[in-house]
Amino acid sequence: MGRKTDITLLDEKGIRCDGRKIDQTRNITIKAGILKNADGSAYIEFGGNKIIAGVYGPRDIHPKHLADSDTGVLRCRYHMQPFSVPERKNPAPSRREIEISKVIKESLQPAVILDDFPRTAIDLYLEVLQADGGSRCAAIDAASVALADAGIPMRDMVSACAAGKVENTIVLDVNNEEDQAGQADMPVALMPHLEKITLVQLDGMLTPDEYKKCLETAIIGCKQVYEIQRSALKAKYENGG
Amino acid sequence: MMEITKRKFVTPGEVIATGPLRTENNVYRDGDKIISTCVGISEIFENSVRVMALSGIYMPRIDDAVIGKVQSTSLMFWELDINSCYVGILRADEVFGRDYSASSNDLSSKLRKGDLILARIANFDRSRDPLLTIKSRGLGKIESGELIKISPMTIPRLIGRQGATIQTIESNTNARIKIGQNGWVVVSCEDSSGLLKAIKVIKMIDSQSHVPDLMERVKSLLESEGE
Repeated sequence: MGRKTDITLLDEKGIRCDGRKIDQTRNITIKAGILKNADGSAYIEFGGNKIIAGVYGPRDIHPKHLADSDTGVLRCRYHMQPFSVPERKNPAPSRREIEISKVIKESLQPAVILDDFPRTAIDLYLEVLQADGGSRCAAIDAASVALADAGIPMRDMVSACAAGKVENTIVLDVNNEEDQAGQADMPVALMPHLEKITLVQLDGMLTPDEYKKCLETAIIGCKQVYEIQRSALKAKYENGG
Repeated sequence: MMEITKRKFVTPGEVIATGPLRTENNVYRDGDKIISTCVGISEIFENSVRVMALSGIYMPRIDDAVIGKVQSTSLMFWELDINSCYVGILRADEVFGRDYSASSNDLSSKLRKGDLILARIANFDRSRDPLLTIKSRGLGKIESGELIKISPMTIPRLIGRQGATIQTIESNTNARIKIGQNGWVVVSCEDSSGLLKAIKVIKMIDSQSHVPDLMERVKSLLESEGE
């Protein structure tokens, strides 16, 4: 797998195309509570990814037939802005966006205590302002912070990070070039305290040993992301609320 | 209830304590561990653990006093926005009495859309919307005042220990303050400077509810404005 590229993805010193080591994530910054009108919100910069997450709810569910009398419903929309990619993207929801919305919803659902809010909906909106490979992981990270910021009860935070295989080496947090030209990409979402995985996807081929190493690498990345998520939530209240 | 350990900032999933302690607000038990479910300040007491949430919506509880805004009227009841994920229901016979008849009484003659009322939650569970009552002293339609919306989580801080904070604000500004547990507060005052001062203090409490020396800040704000 992997398309041909002129870029050296990994040199002999173990340095990747963007100057990172194999076990290094890109720069990550998260801000919690950036939107006034949403109940909870977060902004993440994950390398070149720039994503805003907004949460509403729990609130009245419309259309009413979606209401569940036993539990609340989590709804998620992942959307890429037309200017988020080099070639203008049609703003209508694409097959890929609909799929990622579903994947993100299912990766967050085990953490959110929906049983406390029967007959209601929690709406999660994710806007990708700039995409740079691994945007679903970045979106999950932002979504988790936004949910916590909205005060929605959760069993644990959800932290996500990808790992992959580039030039026969397992690397942490694949960027866009590595995703396009590399051999494998594996996004993983984790509940860090409960040590439970809520999402594993794999694009590419790995041997069983590589798979194990790749998963372990991604989990290390998730735990690094968690620390940043936690400090983002803390910073919101330390800087005068 | 004596507090044993220092208060700590926690996020969802963080283990607060282990052992045979009672779980109170915003925590759950997983085996031996007691874990936080929200962003807040953890408090460990002699035999119980809880987290004071710093954000979140209002969940109705029986006997809470709430301020509601009339959303719509139907033949038998009013629907009120009570700043929650559920609408409050106020039945017509609460206002008209037992001899209420849908054919002879008009609900909008007593309460119209947009009116504010102070009510008590009479009944609520998972399967039904909260049922409100105004059959107690002090409850009913709010005729005048300024509605301020703050986070429901900061209401205990606004009230203070045995009402200390709210009494301080009221005595310094001559304002009368009606508090709903749902985060809606109505302030009424005869002079405008007192009204503005009271609103400013309430908004300050809302934004800085997690600060330990809140009472000192309230007092200094009340004094500085008075000069």
